Amino acid sequence: MNKLWQFQCFQITRRSSHVERKADIKRNINKVLIANRGEIACRVMRTAKKLGIQTVAVYSDADKHAMHVEMADKAYHIGPSPTALSYLNAEKILEVAKRSKSQAIHPGYGFLSENVEFCERCANEGVIFVGPPTSAIRDMGIKSTSKAIMANAGVPIVKGYHGEGQSFDRLLSEAKRIGFPLMIKAVRGGGGKGMRIAMTEAEFETQLESAKRESLKSFGDDNMLLEQYITDPRHVEVQVFADMHGNAVHLFERDCSVQRRHQKIIEEAPAPGLSEETRRSLGEAAVRAAKAVGYVGAGTVEFILHRQTHEFHFMEMNTRLQVEHPITEMITGTDLVEWQLRIASGEPLPFTQEEILRKGHAVECRIYAEEPRAGFLPRAGTLHRLTQPVAEENVRIETGVRQGQEVSVHYDPMIAKLVVWGQDRNEALAKTRRKLSEYQVAGLETNVNFLLRLSGANAFVSGDVHTAFIPQHEAELFPESDLELTEEKAVQAALGYIIKSQLESSPNDTWKGISVTPTSWRSNYQLQKKINLKFGEKDVRVAVKFEAAPNSYSVSVNDGQWLSAEAFLTSQNGLRLITKVNDKTSNVGFLTYDREIHVYDENGQTVLHLPVPKYESKVGAGDSLSSDSASSPTPGVLEKILVTAGDKVVKSQPLFVVIAMKMEYVVRSPRDGVISTVADLKQGDAVGKGAVVVSLQEELSQ
Amino acid sequence: MLKLLRGIRRLRNQNRQYHGATVIGSEPNKNDPYYQENKARMDELVEELRQKTNVAVKGGPDEAIKRHTARGKLLVRDRINRLVDEGSDVLELSTLAADGLYKGQVPSAGIVTAIGKVQGRDCLIVANDATVKAGTYFPITVKKHLRAQAIAQECRLPCIYLVDSGGAHLPDQADVFPDREHFGRIFYNQANMSADGIPQISVVMGSCTAGGAYIPSMSDESIIIKEQGTIFLAGPPLVKAATGETVSSEDLGGADLHCRQSGVTDHYALDDEHSLYLARNVVANLNWNNDQKARIYPTNVDEPIHDIDDLHGIVGANIQRPFDIREVIARVVDGSRFHEFKQLYGETLVCGFASIYGHPIGVIGNNGVLQSEAALKGSHFIQLCAARKIPLLFLQNITGFMVGREAEAGGIAKNGAKMVTAVSCFKGPKITVLVGGSFGAGNYGMCGRAYSPSFLYMWPNARISVMGGPQAATVLSLVSKDKAERSGKVWTEEDDRKVRAPLENQFEMEGKPYFSTARIWDDGILAPRDTRKVIGLSLSAALNAPFKESKFGVFRM
Repeated sequence: MNKLWQFQCFQITRRSSHVERKADIKRNINKVLIANRGEIACRVMRTAKKLGIQTVAVYSDADKHAMHVEMADKAYHIGPSPTALSYLNAEKILEVAKRSKSQAIHPGYGFLSENVEFCERCANEGVIFVGPPTSAIRDMGIKSTSKAIMANAGVPIVKGYHGEGQSFDRLLSEAKRIGFPLMIKAVRGGGGKGMRIAMTEAEFETQLESAKRESLKSFGDDNMLLEQYITDPRHVEVQVFADMHGNAVHLFERDCSVQRRHQKIIEEAPAPGLSEETRRSLGEAAVRAAKAVGYVGAGTVEFILHRQTHEFHFMEMNTRLQVEHPITEMITGTDLVEWQLRIASGEPLPFTQEEILRKGHAVECRIYAEEPRAGFLPRAGTLHRLTQPVAEENVRIETGVRQGQEVSVHYDPMIAKLVVWGQDRNEALAKTRRKLSEYQVAGLETNVNFLLRLSGANAFVSGDVHTAFIPQHEAELFPESDLELTEEKAVQAALGYIIKSQLESSPNDTWKGISVTPTSWRSNYQLQKKINLKFGEKDVRVAVKFEAAPNSYSVSVNDGQWLSAEAFLTSQNGLRLITKVNDKTSNVGFLTYDREIHVYDENGQTVLHLPVPKYESKVGAGDSLSSDSASSPTPGVLEKILVTAGDKVVKSQPLFVVIAMKMEYVVRSPRDGVISTVADLKQGDAVGKGAVVVSLQEELSQ
Repeated sequence: MLKLLRGIRRLRNQNRQYHGATVIGSEPNKNDPYYQENKARMDELVEELRQKTNVAVKGGPDEAIKRHTARGKLLVRDRINRLVDEGSDVLELSTLAADGLYKGQVPSAGIVTAIGKVQGRDCLIVANDATVKAGTYFPITVKKHLRAQAIAQECRLPCIYLVDSGGAHLPDQADVFPDREHFGRIFYNQANMSADGIPQISVVMGSCTAGGAYIPSMSDESIIIKEQGTIFLAGPPLVKAATGETVSSEDLGGADLHCRQSGVTDHYALDDEHSLYLARNVVANLNWNNDQKARIYPTNVDEPIHDIDDLHGIVGANIQRPFDIREVIARVVDGSRFHEFKQLYGETLVCGFASIYGHPIGVIGNNGVLQSEAALKGSHFIQLCAARKIPLLFLQNITGFMVGREAEAGGIAKNGAKMVTAVSCFKGPKITVLVGGSFGAGNYGMCGRAYSPSFLYMWPNARISVMGGPQAATVLSLVSKDKAERSGKVWTEEDDRKVRAPLENQFEMEGKPYFSTARIWDDGILAPRDTRKVIGLSLSAALNAPFKESKFGVFRM
């Protein structure tokens, strides 16, 4: 990274020598409030500190000990965990801004970053909103308005109908004009709701009806717009910047085509496979777009790009700093947060368009707590173990959490962003995979394995990216082989477990005695141990013989042949396990947590379990297998309790409802019985995984 | 690779002095025919030991093992493996006890005694093997149990009894029940150790009938397994006979009765695994060793520079073939470093200071027959170690004290007595290893079994007897010849052979380590390559007790 920053310094020097500064950032902003949390709050603070600007953090109950709170010069509590009561509480945040004497508010992304009212109130209260003017946010927030403005400014837009006339005949004739396939979208829509595709004219009526119904239900309005539907397009966006003096530039494009659940997980800059000409016209169109709305600050103009023709159309403009902004920084050697702050304080753009150069290729992976094989369902809970790759030259780890902290049900389940720069795309991808394989996480499932498959998939490596990439390459991205355990992995898990337990077995107290290195030695015979593991539902039986030579074993997996093995553990950004199994040497990451054993190699994480001993499942505390209680299957927020103490219930009768990450979990009675107690919880209370909410009276013994 | 590293280290260290001691030992010539012959014989002996051990650790007959495991019970050594810390070494004592002693085989005397680390603490484990004659106590079983308790008492090791025994082996009751060192002594020891603050913990994993019932009852804390462990003074048949009451074992003395009603046991376990988990928790809550002063020794210790496997070629199996005891010391002590004491005086006894796993130790080894000077030197050295609180290691390869007119005139008797006095009165840890011969009063002066070493082990080549077989035969033959000639008979060579042969055979047989270990004259036979490890583990165990002051008797001057 140093190289890039030098590259940037060089540019700044050159620039400042012949540009007269009209404003000085330090005169206007010497304290900034960051109205956000997690990695982006930390990211903004880093730059603010670099510029000598004081930082003020805000936090909710859940974030009391969060990284962004510790990092800030001052931090203020703004309310309970739900976002509506904290990070979306404009009133409270403005109050804190005044109380802390912050001249500016940086909204980060999400939360209040594109909130017109908030932006307006900032202006009224005399606080600088680090972002565009209210008008730009408003204009870009309404799809039909934004398209009209863009069309007028000569930015290519998708053929469509955004008119007032909503009669069926009118819509049908417009549809015929645009042609099929066709997208039917709710004017107020978002998040895929109220959106349908009509492949042919014949389908049009039913799809329209369906979209209207959904829109009415979700948004209370059934006005529709029609758009040409481009099959499996690419999602390419351009980073733009404009100042208060009428200047606007672009910092090249990013490709964010590969998405799941309509959300990005991997982004790169520049977009692969574009001609310089396309690239230039994309950039120019974006600058035109920014200028058309009188834009100020950092913005992103999103385009739909045809996979084959590279023809592109305006989709929307995001009036904030994007999650994936670091890849643009990596290829241009800039600090976009610095730009934001300078521009917000009235300074002109630091560079002209000609001065902004592009170098190499950058990739960003978003590490999420989620379960890719279960439809990328988000996960929440404690990060009991978290080892991240070490940041180095050209590798940035943007994170807002540490080991032992929680991925809360209230917020986005992103753990970190891994940002990697390489001389070219192949180098960047190779480095990305290596760094991904250094992630060690226990307590929550993550998408790291999936990102490894994705960034190594043939079509991805060749640059053939588009929005339907994941469903189209499902077989390659979710290979059957991941469900099989290799013999070597079983050996690694068993030996790593043995060695680690050995290291942990001596309590550290004042009595040390003499240290005869324990080696599982036995007098005149060989110790043989059997370790039963589980890989998913499969049993893995490992027999280990302890050989006389140090670190040497004979191992047999599922009664197979005896393999000769050597193994030892070292500590290096987490544990490394070095094994030699029948002459094949491997160096893998290793971790144990609770009853889990994790092995990490170039294909990512492999998790094995030690079975729960009978006595624990029978007499252990917090028994989840009990038939006398019903507990939350997931960390979440209690929606409602459907029973009260004394109620008679039958087996499978719903007892309570928990909402986690927009999913509703209905917890049912494990058996017939009478409710003895109901936990003292109300709607909106957070419940942990396994938290007992309803208990049944003990069954009378037979 | 390891060899190469050792080679480099050896070159670097040769003739160098550091850590206050000289690096000793030499590289043997491995092409030497003597070396090769020695090695071949010792390899055979070690292989024999391994095979005998493998048979013994299997336990009872296949049928009994099958019956045992079919009930969900773990085999005795698997129980120990679950009880000790992951990776812990287990110093099993007298594995080959009872070897060849009884008509029906009683492997390991039907009981496993061992020292292992539980929650980081050295603990003494006594575990019945129910697959061997239902875990009943033969006379030698009692001896093995008592020996283990003696070690625990001397070293102050918490005792964990994994009880699964049918009680006394009835046909042998006369040799099991009544005497001072018989069954009753087990409970006497428990009471006294408990009084002494040495924790007594029982896990009832099977029957504890009659006398056996006292093992958990006399313990500080005890655990019992549901539908598996039973404790009662008389079993259902005897109850029926005595009172006419019909009752099942479980109702008479099962886990529910003892945990919920009688209070004989404290913890209720669901199965073997659970009971051992609970036992580990009991140990974790002992607050043990808390009153001991912190004694921290270096965690990184140098291994000996010389390869311990060379001992096979250096020592061999022929007792008559001499070797330099320093070559053994060089392969046992840290970094092969040895600060020798009085090197030029009484050269047949090698004395000096070294360390084992970082702990200082005084080493006394034989390099020939003990003369007056050697005995004086040994006595001096033992007093030094007592004064400095340094444990002693005896490496025995001794034919005895010097005999003959000159030696007697030189006072060998009183000088030998000085050494015996010093050895007897030295109260710190003493570890004895028989690496060769152990004959006559030499055995006494070098801390034989009668001198209460903390631990005593034999190598498979070792021999122990009052004198050498041929010497004994010669004595007998001379006496017989004298007697024959006095009654006017002609003493033929044939007569001589007839007299000599049985005695020589008897001495050969009774001098062997298996004969000794079967009777628990030692704590086990160990392969030369395990010597350093075993001394280390033994020392570690012994150091759990405070180093006692030694007060010496009158040295006849």
